[in-house]
Amino acid sequence: MNRDGGFEFPLVKRTPSRFRNPIGKYRLNRSTACIACGKCVEICPYGVHSMVKGKVVVRNHYLCVGEDCPNPCHEACPVKALALRRNPDFAVMGDFRWPPDLIVSTWRMAEFGQAPDKGLEYRIGESGGGFDKLRIVFGPGKAEDDSGDKHEGAKADLGVKLNRRGDNAHRIRIEVPFYGGGMSYGSVSINTMLSRVKAATALGTFCCTGEGGYPDELKPYDEHVITQVATGLFGVREETIQRVKIVEFKYAQGAKPGLGGHLLGDKVTPGVARMREAVVGYPLFSPFPFHSVYSVEDHKKHVDWIKAINPKALVSVKVSTPTDVDMVAVGSYYAGAHIIHLDGSYGGTGAAPDIAKKNIAMPIEYAVPKVHRFLTEEGVRDKITVVASGGIRTPHDVAKIIALGADAVCIGTADLVALECIRCHNCESGRGCARGIATTDPELMDLVSLDWGAQRIVNMYSAWCKELRRILGRLGMKSIRELVGKRECLIHLDYN
Amino acid sequence: MPAKYLVHTSPAANRFEPITKSGIIAWEEGCLKCAVCVKKRCVYKVYEKRGLNPRQMIDSIDNLCMNCLRCVQGCPRELIHKSISPEYAAMGDDYWSPDIISKIWYQAQTGKIPVSGAGYPGPFSGPGFDSMWTDMSEIVRPTRDGIHGREYISTAVDLGGTEGALCFGEDGLVSGPEIRLLDIPLPILLRMPVSRKISPNIISGWAVAAKRLGTFLAVGAEEMVAAPESCRPFLMPILDGEVACPEGVRVVESTFSAEKDANSFKSGNDARFVCLRLPMNTGIEERVLAAARAGFSIIHIEASPNGSFLDDPGKTMKDGIRAVHLGLVEAGIRDSVTIIVSGGIAMAEHVPKSLICGADAVFVDLALLVALECRLCGRCDMDLPCPVEMDKAPPPWVAKRVVNLIGAWHNQLLEIMGAMGIRDARRMRGEAGRAMFFEELDKSTFQDLGRREEGCEIE
Repeated sequence: MNRDGGFEFPLVKRTPSRFRNPIGKYRLNRSTACIACGKCVEICPYGVHSMVKGKVVVRNHYLCVGEDCPNPCHEACPVKALALRRNPDFAVMGDFRWPPDLIVSTWRMAEFGQAPDKGLEYRIGESGGGFDKLRIVFGPGKAEDDSGDKHEGAKADLGVKLNRRGDNAHRIRIEVPFYGGGMSYGSVSINTMLSRVKAATALGTFCCTGEGGYPDELKPYDEHVITQVATGLFGVREETIQRVKIVEFKYAQGAKPGLGGHLLGDKVTPGVARMREAVVGYPLFSPFPFHSVYSVEDHKKHVDWIKAINPKALVSVKVSTPTDVDMVAVGSYYAGAHIIHLDGSYGGTGAAPDIAKKNIAMPIEYAVPKVHRFLTEEGVRDKITVVASGGIRTPHDVAKIIALGADAVCIGTADLVALECIRCHNCESGRGCARGIATTDPELMDLVSLDWGAQRIVNMYSAWCKELRRILGRLGMKSIRELVGKRECLIHLDYN
Repeated sequence: MPAKYLVHTSPAANRFEPITKSGIIAWEEGCLKCAVCVKKRCVYKVYEKRGLNPRQMIDSIDNLCMNCLRCVQGCPRELIHKSISPEYAAMGDDYWSPDIISKIWYQAQTGKIPVSGAGYPGPFSGPGFDSMWTDMSEIVRPTRDGIHGREYISTAVDLGGTEGALCFGEDGLVSGPEIRLLDIPLPILLRMPVSRKISPNIISGWAVAAKRLGTFLAVGAEEMVAAPESCRPFLMPILDGEVACPEGVRVVESTFSAEKDANSFKSGNDARFVCLRLPMNTGIEERVLAAARAGFSIIHIEASPNGSFLDDPGKTMKDGIRAVHLGLVEAGIRDSVTIIVSGGIAMAEHVPKSLICGADAVFVDLALLVALECRLCGRCDMDLPCPVEMDKAPPPWVAKRVVNLIGAWHNQLLEIMGAMGIRDARRMRGEAGRAMFFEELDKSTFQDLGRREEGCEIE
């Protein structure tokens, strides 16, 4: 069933929340009037209620789909003992970009490997612009066919070839149109890092180390690791460059373009300090820009170094999205890059000034079409792979950005949400993430186990792949490649 | 190169408990008093810091809570829940949002730049200043490490006008009128919010802050007596309807009819600079042109506290500033006048954005009150007692809070300039090509996408 052109996709295994009380959108209150007749247990399609030793209890509030339920228990209850209400905790989570609906639906995908069919909006957020105002448009007659895996797109090929230069470097094909974005050892725990890399390995794709060294624990997954060379050069050695198939130059990060990186002193634990060859407890700055790169020629020199040390490696260049992003992209191509990675301004970070996250550089939805058009006009579009990141949260966002001109995307935040991030924005303070994801605190990081984490991420991406195939099927496409730059598959609600 | 400008900040504690976004709601009913209460295991030790016995469960809206939801998700009886504080949600208005107010509090308290984890949480874009993004320079740029100190970024700006060209006499020396400028080390001036009653202790603290920052405080002529004598050179009296000018000040602000020549006021007050105040109303660009031609060299354009035109709330000051700047540029007299804007300057980013649109500097007004824990509740307008007892705020604390806020804003201005690769604030003025505007970008990117035809479905 999971066979797809020789590559075997990993199996989905149900992987519930780590916490005792999973959070959902609704709660059902059962009053003392309950006569334990079992009616609700019988009619609920979602397993919300259970009969335990002759008593009926609400076991899984979080699975309740509320008003969308075809068989509402609170209406069917003969003694009206059930009351449906919104869960107050739901509303305190998330934000405009990741509203609670998106967070909880991502959790649902990470648990079941399937997008929620009712009760939650899992396709768009509430930011009121960009992705959230774009819609995929399906021509007349392409009626939705959700019947299991039999629909037209069920076998659609999601793979993307990364080396389009046709040079001597590795001919790499990723089986899914995304890979894992750089999150450094230090900004996230080793368990989080390993979970992501292990999931990437299972999915036939890659995951980037970020700028914080290449821990030995990652060795078994070398074939699926991208190592990052950023301005601080933390943990970069010849040996780490030679270990991988893809090397990523990070010029800038979408969340804080032009500002370099910053790891607060609290997170520089002995392990992190050793990895980065730094001093425990002191903040680490990754300066901006590369102090040896002031022109495309300087940049080419860097690319050439990498090619000298590891001639088979693909070179990816990660840049932010200034007004002249198209010039930067074409410059990177002429310097020899295989991948131009555009990181839009609403991308993730472990810590960044709020002013930078909001204001500097443009959102990815503008940058990708601009770069796609310019590379096409230059006649080099088919020689370089365009990877987009920065605020891509859902399978629908993936389809939209590919239709705007990207070949593949790079994902970071969604992985963390799969590991039960609630977007509290406190990744950087004190001991780090209280939920054990973005922390190096030994006690907190043990909250995430490797197997649980990897499976949650695999499940989420399995759900994404199903959604992408369903979308491709409805568009009458056999491969994700057909979608690249197909602007006519999208509409924008403000200009239609 | 001038000496490096640094704003010295130091923590200035809140006098009252701040109102925060969300709190814990706990219900006593059903508590098991279990030995491993989640409250004891709070990562941030919130329950402990509040000095409560963890076994005692009460309703509370808690400002120490960091929103991790661990206790909500761990309680064996699901007795702990969270909610958004209604008091928080009710603060301010659509423009001065609870988020803006609480960030000003944080900066005034700590003097630090707000930093957080995870990506930007807000809307894609919004009205006015929220509809623009600033540029960054990827590889080639003049400033290295400007932020962390190796190379100098100047935020200084001049107040006053310069001639279009130098004139030389027959002796080969520069002739013509002497060029007089006032320079301030950052493009931010302080301003008393004139619509409110401000107590003398606050005026005194603000005046000290203006002196410490090296900028000006625009203050009512009646209120300025509260300022210490030593701060006088840093005051800009607002002389509406008055002629008598206090001694020892370098610049005054007034409203004139633009027809009246600036020089007629200057005679008798020779050394002083005059700042003309004009309301940001429809047609402001023509009135600024007329005033500049009449010889006014500093013009203050006052927008509404919500950053819009005074006569048309639908027009934002962002567009007003751009029109004024372009009008002056087209007339070839941009450098003969300094444009200072006020109203709606609520966040650090509004400073560089105003400059990029074409202002030389900004006045900060309401934010100076918010820095002192003001909740913008409007009780003072109704003669009701202030919930944060503003009239009892000690002047040294007031000064410290304002210096902290402006210090944090100055650092954020450096971040924006550093990313743009601009190292002189005067060069940022009118650099609209180094910004991206939503209206243009959104339309040009998305207007030619597909069309939704009859029978199409969208998702």
